[in-house]
Amino acid sequence: MSALALYAVAFMLLALSFMKSREKTTLALKKAWKSFEGILPQFLSVLVFIGITLAVLDKETITWLLGKESGAMGMAIAAVLGSVTLIPGFIAFPLAASLLAAGAGYGQTAMFLTTLMMVGVVTMPLETAYFGKRLAVHRNALAFIYAVLSSVALGAWL
Amino acid sequence: MINAMAVIRRYRAFLILVGVTAGLVAFAPSVGQRALALSKANVVEMLSFLPPIFLLLGLLDAWVDRKTMMAYMGDEAGLRGTLLAFVLGSAAAGPLYAAFPMAGVMMEKGASMRNVFVFIGAWSTTKIPLIMFETATLGFRFMAMRLVFNIAGIFIIAKILEKDLEKHPLPPRTGAS
Repeated sequence: MSALALYAVAFMLLALSFMKSREKTTLALKKAWKSFEGILPQFLSVLVFIGITLAVLDKETITWLLGKESGAMGMAIAAVLGSVTLIPGFIAFPLAASLLAAGAGYGQTAMFLTTLMMVGVVTMPLETAYFGKRLAVHRNALAFIYAVLSSVALGAWL
Repeated sequence: MINAMAVIRRYRAFLILVGVTAGLVAFAPSVGQRALALSKANVVEMLSFLPPIFLLLGLLDAWVDRKTMMAYMGDEAGLRGTLLAFVLGSAAAGPLYAAFPMAGVMMEKGASMRNVFVFIGAWSTTKIPLIMFETATLGFRFMAMRLVFNIAGIFIIAKILEKDLEKHPLPPRTGAS
């Protein structure tokens, strides 16, 4: 759905660009291809790596690790799992809902979701390619610390 | 010949991981099959999101010059620039890794680092379609709480990273441009 909207916007702007200037459009296409091809190897590696990781860590394993009365240990595991893995939102939210249903606390669930969204250890090589190592590490570390603090607060509150 | 070697070298990590997956399929079929299916789904997802994103990125690169970008999202743009970065990130579609190339072009064109990180933060946690989905699966209360916390976090993290960059400026780009 959202991919479709994205295509619509991209093609509309491309058509507009083409009507205004043929040269600039060619330049835009060249740049688009160059940056795509340039980063493709990193993208492919990261995605296959994620595939292998998630094959080992299936839904049952995650529910078991974060399930009922997993407490502080569950928080820690949630933080590590969320940081390391990369799960698309349309899988992550139902998974989080089933975690809650299986007895995981709000804190663990929020921790898992927040680190999942903000921290990306496996995508670090991609981030480094654009921001340099220092900044990529720094951003992920800050996001991690923030995720831990806010999830503990959220868990205590809800 | 030299060309083929260069290509292989660039895709080395990918080829090794494909080898690992093939090994899993051969020796641990249940895990291997799952890894194969997941990787395939991941790659399909990526290939469905990335082409329009890179297309937009190319158009942005060709049409928006440095002056315009600085006026809208540079240091002088102030609060309005930050708001624009937040809205753009929230309206985005696609996984966080798709935000990095976008942020790269914004950076090159003179957007302020604070705005670049607000954009990335918004992309990671306040995407509108995801919020609606989150409300449906986890309830309004959970979504609202997480959202409030995370929006605060986006600005705090952007501020800290900006401060840090003043002390340690960015080295020359190593990524593809």
